[in-house]
Amino acid sequence: MARGRIRARIRRSHLYTFACGRPRTSEEERPHEFEGPGFSRIVHCNQPDMHTKKPLKYCSNYISTTKYNIITFLPKAIFEQFRRVANLYFLLAAVLSLTPISPFSAVSMIAPLAFVVGLSMAKEAMEDWRRFIQDMKVNLRKANVHKTDGVFNQKPWMKLRVGDVVKVEKDKFFPADLLLLSSSYEDGICYVETMNLDGETNLKVKRALETTLSLDDEESFKDFSGIIKCEDPNPSLYTFVGNFEYERQIYPLDPSQILLRDSKLRNTAYIYGVVIFTGFDSKVMQNSTKSPSKRSRIEKQMDKIIYILFTLLVFISCISSIGFIVKTKYNLPDWWYLQVPDKEGLYDPGKPWVSGFYHLITALILYGYLIPISLYVSIEVVKVLQALFINHDIHMYDHETGTPAQARTSNLNEELGQVDTILSDKTGTLTCNQMDFLKCSIAGTPYGMRASDVELAAAKQMAMEMDNQSQNGTPRSWRKSEFTESEIELETVITSNDGDVRKPAIKGFGFEDNRLMNGNWFKEPNADVMLLFFRILSICHTAIPELNEETGIFTYEAESPDEGSFLVAAREFGFEFCRRTQSSIVVRERYPSYDEPIESKRKRMSVIIRDESGQIFLLCKGADSIIFDRLSRNGRMYEEATTKHLNDYGEAGLRTLALAYKKLDEDKYSAWNEEFVKAKTSIGGDRDAMLERVSDMMERDLILVGATAVEDKLQNGVPQCIDKLAQAGLKIWVLTGDKMETAINIGFACSLLRQGMKQICITTMNTDAIVQDPKQAVKENILNQITNATQMIKLEKDPHAAFALIIDGKTLTYTLEDDMKHQFLNLAIGCASVICCRVSPKQKALVTRLVKEGTGKITLAIGDGANDVGMIQEADIGVGISGCEGMQAVMASDFAIAQFRFLERLLVVHGHWCYKRIAQMICYFFYKNIAFGLTIFYFEAFAGFSGQSVYVDWYMLLFNVVLTSLPVISLGVFEQDVDSEVCLEFPSLYQQGPKNLFFDWYRIFGWMGNGLYTSVIVFFLNIIIFYDQAFRAGGQIADMTAVGTAMFTGIIWAVNCQIALTMSHFTWIQHFFIWGSIAFWYLFLLVYGELSYALNVNAFRILTEVLAPAPIYWTTTLLVTIACNLPYLAHISFQRSFNPLDHHVIQEIKYYKKDIEDRHMWRAEKKKARHKAKIGFTARVDAKIRHLKGRLHKKYSIANNISIPQT
Amino acid sequence: MLMDFWKVTDINHGMILITLICTSVIHIPKLMKAPIFIYYQLDNYYQNHRRYVKSRSDRQLLHGLKHHDLSSCAPEDFNHGLPVVPCGLIAWSLFNDTYSFFRGIDEMKVNRKNIAWKSDRDHKFDKQVYPFNFQNGTLSGGAHLDPKIPLSDQEDLIVWMRTSALPTFRKLYGRIEEDLDADDIITVKLLNNYNTYSFTGSKKLVLSTSSWLGGHNNFLGMACISVGVSFIFVAFVFMLIHVKNPRPYGDTTNLSWNWKPMSG
Repeated sequence: MARGRIRARIRRSHLYTFACGRPRTSEEERPHEFEGPGFSRIVHCNQPDMHTKKPLKYCSNYISTTKYNIITFLPKAIFEQFRRVANLYFLLAAVLSLTPISPFSAVSMIAPLAFVVGLSMAKEAMEDWRRFIQDMKVNLRKANVHKTDGVFNQKPWMKLRVGDVVKVEKDKFFPADLLLLSSSYEDGICYVETMNLDGETNLKVKRALETTLSLDDEESFKDFSGIIKCEDPNPSLYTFVGNFEYERQIYPLDPSQILLRDSKLRNTAYIYGVVIFTGFDSKVMQNSTKSPSKRSRIEKQMDKIIYILFTLLVFISCISSIGFIVKTKYNLPDWWYLQVPDKEGLYDPGKPWVSGFYHLITALILYGYLIPISLYVSIEVVKVLQALFINHDIHMYDHETGTPAQARTSNLNEELGQVDTILSDKTGTLTCNQMDFLKCSIAGTPYGMRASDVELAAAKQMAMEMDNQSQNGTPRSWRKSEFTESEIELETVITSNDGDVRKPAIKGFGFEDNRLMNGNWFKEPNADVMLLFFRILSICHTAIPELNEETGIFTYEAESPDEGSFLVAAREFGFEFCRRTQSSIVVRERYPSYDEPIESKRKRMSVIIRDESGQIFLLCKGADSIIFDRLSRNGRMYEEATTKHLNDYGEAGLRTLALAYKKLDEDKYSAWNEEFVKAKTSIGGDRDAMLERVSDMMERDLILVGATAVEDKLQNGVPQCIDKLAQAGLKIWVLTGDKMETAINIGFACSLLRQGMKQICITTMNTDAIVQDPKQAVKENILNQITNATQMIKLEKDPHAAFALIIDGKTLTYTLEDDMKHQFLNLAIGCASVICCRVSPKQKALVTRLVKEGTGKITLAIGDGANDVGMIQEADIGVGISGCEGMQAVMASDFAIAQFRFLERLLVVHGHWCYKRIAQMICYFFYKNIAFGLTIFYFEAFAGFSGQSVYVDWYMLLFNVVLTSLPVISLGVFEQDVDSEVCLEFPSLYQQGPKNLFFDWYRIFGWMGNGLYTSVIVFFLNIIIFYDQAFRAGGQIADMTAVGTAMFTGIIWAVNCQIALTMSHFTWIQHFFIWGSIAFWYLFLLVYGELSYALNVNAFRILTEVLAPAPIYWTTTLLVTIACNLPYLAHISFQRSFNPLDHHVIQEIKYYKKDIEDRHMWRAEKKKARHKAKIGFTARVDAKIRHLKGRLHKKYSIANNISIPQT
Repeated sequence: MLMDFWKVTDINHGMILITLICTSVIHIPKLMKAPIFIYYQLDNYYQNHRRYVKSRSDRQLLHGLKHHDLSSCAPEDFNHGLPVVPCGLIAWSLFNDTYSFFRGIDEMKVNRKNIAWKSDRDHKFDKQVYPFNFQNGTLSGGAHLDPKIPLSDQEDLIVWMRTSALPTFRKLYGRIEEDLDADDIITVKLLNNYNTYSFTGSKKLVLSTSSWLGGHNNFLGMACISVGVSFIFVAFVFMLIHVKNPRPYGDTTNLSWNWKPMSG
């Protein structure tokens, strides 16, 4: 039925005879002759059983991206864990704890380690499990496979074998790399979408060998057999070499017969194919690279701190060993009660150096509490929970596609808060890759009422600015309140619902103008020109029409979305294009002579037609600059008006094309045609050049008709998002595979470029063959351009001047070379926006690396297609746009979001929070461990450096794992300095991250110093209070356990109160954890004191009988807690009072509800808080206002000069 | 109240000690209400040394001869092939000076019961475990224990076994349960058995009363006062600066974007 009709229609189609030439040259017709390495693969078609034994056994179609499997998990995961130096240290300590050297019992060393490592491994296992589930989803997809006797069965993908014949239906993915045998079309072509492979959205045509065309129904595969000999698996997507032996004939194969796994069958009902490469042999899998494991800068810095602590550890261990040696040698023989030497030789005055060495090991273990064992695992837990918040953020949930944001790796959360440069892909990232026909200019008259996104946004911004200006003019204006509200609403409308409000009813058509609609154009003065205009729209293209059976409306499969939008527009204007052959439109018949895909180099496309009256026309559309060059003298009637409109359109962020025509004489045409046919049929390398020359001859002396303006539909909220990101001080680079014009248009659309910005275009000059070393000449030329531009930027005096750098891929190849890249980077940094066009995926990665390594700042790459994978992996943070079909980018990314605009929230809110949380958390961790670890060291000095700890082993075990970890985890998960709305309103707050205000060495050492202070206070206060006097009314003296317990209580209180002071955002959870930790300590003492285990360490009923009844114990706890927190309290009070940071002030404003009382101030601050951005529409509006003011000022001063000279 | 012993004996190499009885006179400066606690204080005695602390077996104290693993007690674990109860260096080096107090010529009653924690007596040192084979080795350490009295009643031992935190420490010896008046003269007769000379440690005898906060503790008070004073000081400084140079809360001029660029 439906399928049959499409097929029938296509059968009449002549499209494919032009579009994809058969292998033309005769020498290619010969089979490839190859043998030897690299070309060993033999595939027995339709005989998959041949491939079950060794020489021909190829890998299965099962794919797995997991890191571990059941067997390798344990060893591999454990190995991974102990690659962390801290964990390795604790492992060694745990092993040594089994010997008498250890100061602690074995269980107190092993239990926390097992807990920590176990938790990390559980997390690994969970993540791997998720990957496994994802793999299985793919592996279990069903494919239609030939079984026997022409019967096809459903089989999961993973069961597919080499040699299988499969049938793939429309809109399904190919399960493996296939050789195309036949398709639903008679001539064996099919259309393939390769978005998953290379990110290109246009359809590609594949063509079966003629000899296999007959295999087009299930029955015919009964006796089908053949042998394919071809190249070995390799990652090259665009090459394939092989022979197909079929019915005792050998046919050569080339890439146009190969259907690659993960690409999709489109516009074709079904195809049959033979599996050549399965699973990991397939090209797409060969292409997949292991995503590099990334670590955030904070973690790298944290490693450094850990090394510092290790040094400290070794240092104090050495000190105590030396002390021990001295004591052992000189004092121990006199201490008769010790009965030295002992058997093990740990305390042998005769051999103090040996004993000293043992003691060094003991000390290294003893002071191990300086190294926070639970730091890594706590950070991991925190990051997983932070990622959970990101995943569940409703503001980053795309309602249309139902995709939430997804933190795919959780270890980069805090990096999000420190991003300096964003490198963005264009298509699919900034734009939705959907074009709307919005405006046109015909015969010098502009049509189309609807404003583009950019215009709308800018207009609203402008209105607001103007209001502010007038308000500032009249200080303390009292009419603010009603004003403000409406404005705030306005603003939210822009940012959130913008897209929904004005979604065009027809996809690709946003035109609104009754003068042209419903045939009204006929009444316009220049109806004949309009007719031509519409004809050009509807004829001059390479699209394929497709009739929607249900609605009866044609949709178009065009090579580019602009073309699609033209056709939709033409359809709406009444020029419906419905068939490819005799391009029949409502009124007239035409006679297409030839057409060809638009070529970037030519930047134009022409069609020659003969109209109903026999008049021959050449219709041409192309980039305005090119078309204008080719206008005849009398064809420039509308040039001035059109140019003006084109500029307006460009400013409105629209993509423009100019349309022109030319009348041809019969003779001239036939003469030209002859030449053209000759060129077309010529053989050899200069064929293209000849065609080009011939076409060029014809495309002269054109007459301008008008121009079109298509809105490259930006994704919702992209300009606003870019504006906010720019205000947050982020630099944005656009790297696109598109043409320069398109890229510049989009630059305008999303306000990366604006009128008045100085554009620096760096291009490659055409090399003349005369120059001896063309490459050198080109390089010199480019270097020259770069130096000049840099000079220009340096000499610029105007603080508002902004520069934009636009560079194309070809030039980039030179500039990315080692000797030039730094000059290039310097120039790029000086520019407000950078746009690289026509860049290859590899260059995207290289540019990313250049920025990353050249500036040393943190880069974020965002993209949606497979061509962005390199960039995403190279950048410090890779963000993939999910929700579209291509998953490659998402799979390679660290974070996936559904829309570009969510990036704002991801960075400005989550990034900002996560950065602060992690930074504070790490600082606090070091603080608490230093505070605790050093008390152990001090005690050594009083215990003859013997390695005795004043604390019970169990206390220490619990310290890191239970008693102090939960509050800090709650800090890491829930802390927020200001709420999310304020983050978004004050993008400058984000700058705290890139400036690294919260994790600089000053702060880190400050916390360490705080830890040192706390340890001193806790230790000495307790020791001096308890050491000799009775601490109870009953005259009892505190023993070591009682002193240790009191001291430990002091530490627990001090560090937990400290974290309470550190936090600025409390929910019941934080309170619960902080005060719960303290309560748990007492609870633990209570329970532990009742256990018989406690008998061994004198801790039996330590709380109930010994400490709790002693008022001095509670007094000391209070004293210690207060004394420990005094300096920090003074410090934060000082900072808040005299040196407040931005978030302090905002917290106060919020706390005193000043933002509600004084809305004017609040709004003014919001405005001022913007980073001095040179891009974004705010900057654009600012520039415009400056411009207007400048003019006004001039006028004013002139007027003044005329009247009375005033100062 | 402290009283230094003067050097009375010399030691022959190592452990053999010449016991000497000596007397000392204490002048009570003011009224001391009962109970008056008697402590002995040792200086430079490392009860907190790791070798010393570990050298005990709490299971043996509870289970007596039923508990066989005495590895932690070495070298005071076995004597003549028999286990030592209580084993280990701590017990072996039990303090063995004794004191008797005279007011005038009347010997005062010193209550030496109830000087250890109740839980120790009830749960840690068993009533059924008697000192066995104690201080029978070649090296004689500190005190001998009466083998007929179970460990739970050997309160001196129990007190001693609670190792001290610092090398200077006091241990409770007993209580005088009558008031001492001002200008009372107390004569102390002591048996100086315990060897502190080898490590130049000193011994002290302390008579002390106790309040609800425990013993006489100047430091606690001073610490409290100094922390309080520093708080007041900091508060004062902040107040002063605030009065002189107040910063209103939420003052927007402090926002970084409102700072006037210094460089111009």
